[in-house]
Amino acid sequence: MSDVTEDTVDEVSDDAASQSVEESRRTRHSIWVSGTEERMPFAEATDEGAQELLPRDEDPALEIQRGIAVDDDYVIPEHVDDSERQIINMGPQHPSTHGVLRLQLELEGEMVRRVKPIIGYLHTGMEKTAETLNYSQGSTNVTRMDYLSPFANELAYSLTVEQLLGIGVPPRASAIRVLMVELNRVASHLLSSATMGMDVGALSMMIYGWREREICLDFFEKVTGLRMNHNYIRPGGVAAELPDGWEDDVTSLIERVNEGVDEYEELLNENPIWLDRTLGVGVLIPDEVKQYGVTGPVARASGVDWDLRKETPYCGYEKYEFDVPLGKHGDAFDRYKVRIDEIRESLRIASQIIETIPLGDYRNVDPKVTPPPRARIDESMEALIHHFKLFTQGVVVPPGEAFQAVEGPRGELGCHIVSKGGSRPWRMRWRAPSFAAVQALPPMMTDSMVADVIAALASTDPVLGDVDR
Amino acid sequence: MTDTQNNETIAALVEPFDSTVVSERAYASSNSSYFMISIPRDEWVPFAESAKAIGFDTFSDLFAIDHFTDAPRYEVVLNLVSMRPVERIVVSTRVPYDDPVVPTLTNVFQGANFYEREAYDMMGIDFPGHPDLTRILMPDDWVGHPLRKDYDIGAIPVEFKLGSTGE
Amino acid sequence: MAGVSDNPGFLLTTVGKGVNWARTRSMWPATFGLACCAIEMMGTGAAHNDLARFGMEVFRASPRQADLMIVAGRVSQKMAPVLRQVYDQMAEPKWVISMGACASTGGMFNNYALVQGVDEVVPVDMYVPGCPPGPQSLMHGILSLQEKIMSGEIQRSTGLV
Repeated sequence: MSDVTEDTVDEVSDDAASQSVEESRRTRHSIWVSGTEERMPFAEATDEGAQELLPRDEDPALEIQRGIAVDDDYVIPEHVDDSERQIINMGPQHPSTHGVLRLQLELEGEMVRRVKPIIGYLHTGMEKTAETLNYSQGSTNVTRMDYLSPFANELAYSLTVEQLLGIGVPPRASAIRVLMVELNRVASHLLSSATMGMDVGALSMMIYGWREREICLDFFEKVTGLRMNHNYIRPGGVAAELPDGWEDDVTSLIERVNEGVDEYEELLNENPIWLDRTLGVGVLIPDEVKQYGVTGPVARASGVDWDLRKETPYCGYEKYEFDVPLGKHGDAFDRYKVRIDEIRESLRIASQIIETIPLGDYRNVDPKVTPPPRARIDESMEALIHHFKLFTQGVVVPPGEAFQAVEGPRGELGCHIVSKGGSRPWRMRWRAPSFAAVQALPPMMTDSMVADVIAALASTDPVLGDVDR
Repeated sequence: MTDTQNNETIAALVEPFDSTVVSERAYASSNSSYFMISIPRDEWVPFAESAKAIGFDTFSDLFAIDHFTDAPRYEVVLNLVSMRPVERIVVSTRVPYDDPVVPTLTNVFQGANFYEREAYDMMGIDFPGHPDLTRILMPDDWVGHPLRKDYDIGAIPVEFKLGSTGE
Repeated sequence: MAGVSDNPGFLLTTVGKGVNWARTRSMWPATFGLACCAIEMMGTGAAHNDLARFGMEVFRASPRQADLMIVAGRVSQKMAPVLRQVYDQMAEPKWVISMGACASTGGMFNNYALVQGVDEVVPVDMYVPGCPPGPQSLMHGILSLQEKIMSGEIQRSTGLV
């Protein structure tokens, strides 16, 4: 069997020299795509000559999904003749739902005809709580929002507050922020790949993904003291200097995670079962991406070239060299592949930071924002007063309104704060990437099989803490 | 209107509409900026349509703010993105307490559906024309709109007790 | 005669110990992940910390096959009825671990949306502090629960013991 497969590769790459390796891999495996019931040429493969492969773009399963105008609304009546129509609930407690998402599926036999996501099972009232916490306490609140990317939440919040205050941060603080956010992206994508593997049946992927994620968490614990919910990036800078020897830690982290990612690709990229479950599943076309405001890896897998790190660079992202991986087909496999490639790009940024990180302070020295060092309080009356004011009243922010978005692991994470003066926000609004992604689930899942619902959901990687806030 | 002089896209967008107020804001730690535009409620849907036609075709966000004790009490904010050229506008309109009604944008952007439901659930804004304006985050039988300023946060008093070894 | 009924005697206590030992050594948890703590709960079961050492790696998807419910994360008002239903579906004997500050007390979110402590909804046998508790904390909680079951501190009516 392996001989035949290798022959196939040669034929494909000869026929289409312009195709990349990636593309030829896809073409080679397009015979496994679900929904194609005709007898595939692969079955008649002999050593006598070339085999006709079905090009990916003519794949019927893909065509069925692509370009269907799907109305996501449940109340619009639709005529279904089949008497087998039934409505089932998936969730909120279900092993394959990520968090407590509930999907109402209308089935016609094994086909999903309509989907309605029902959310709110993790509504924590964080936007209301934020109005009662002062600006110094705010990052404690927001870090628990999207609990897989706490640093990105803290960064969006801190940048918005800094925009309201009109202050900047020292270059070293920006570099530390970028380092932590990128490593957080690595950890988040590792978890996403792991749970996606678990959901579609590659259970060893679950173990592998966690193995590498623990390396990242160990580094976070060393820097911030916590494995999750760090409260490390704060308005005005970061909470503490990086620990001694962090360069060695990050270097070994980069090496080990890169090795792990190679292993995942070896395990999954050509795994027929994995490809069968992901190719052509949960397709989202670019127009739907824009209509629903889907961002991040899900949008980029559909070919929408939108990465805030490139488009509106913040924290000095323009200084680092990295690529934005783009998919073409917008299916579950492309999303998995975009995430794997983003892990590599994030590690690339991290290795550049080790070399280029400037010396200097790790936080803004504005006494109205940053508490003085403990030693100064004994010496200076001014420092004591500032310390007292900061910890009793909090940072006082002038009236105004500010919006700032950062590129989190799941996409555009935006924070909109309305201040009416004082030390507490009047209104804090979060533009959550997972909220948009959950809303775009119906066009992904409609007219697919029930089993594909799991794969599409896992590839979207919603975090319900982010959806419900 | 002075801020739009150096940006043709924004100038072309607000030109047909009267009484728009535009201001440019710079992101923190960045050289880029975005625009905040305030418009009257009557122009809400036409403005969104023309913004979409001019290139702001990516729906980013929609939510409501409660300016308690200020005259038009509620503010509905829309966040749109143009990918090429890279621009972002934050459009807002104010509506009074006794008439918290904003026409729906679901016919312009499909993605407005969940966001308008959230604004209804959390702030009690009515969006006539919305296909399914029901609660989204809170249970269906919930009373009140939690993010309104006159809605209590609902905290229970915290009791500090001695531990089991205490007297 | 009253003294005899108070003292169950040699045979029954020995059988009871055996039953308790059997219960603690394969306590299968139900997957009830809610928020941040669920990630740490998954981490406890995954490669690095390996809950399988205690015979508990099998997270059962169906509540009817589970003995232990680990409430991992904040419980919202909308989720509370679901939580209670899943608890009711579990077969006796069953235990509940409340994992993390939010599940135990509401944590830092003292507001309209959250149930202030999951013990308002289901009886809790063990509270694990932390936000979120690390895998070591969770394992300590689980082992403490096993000790309490072994010592007979927590009794469940099964008719046998």
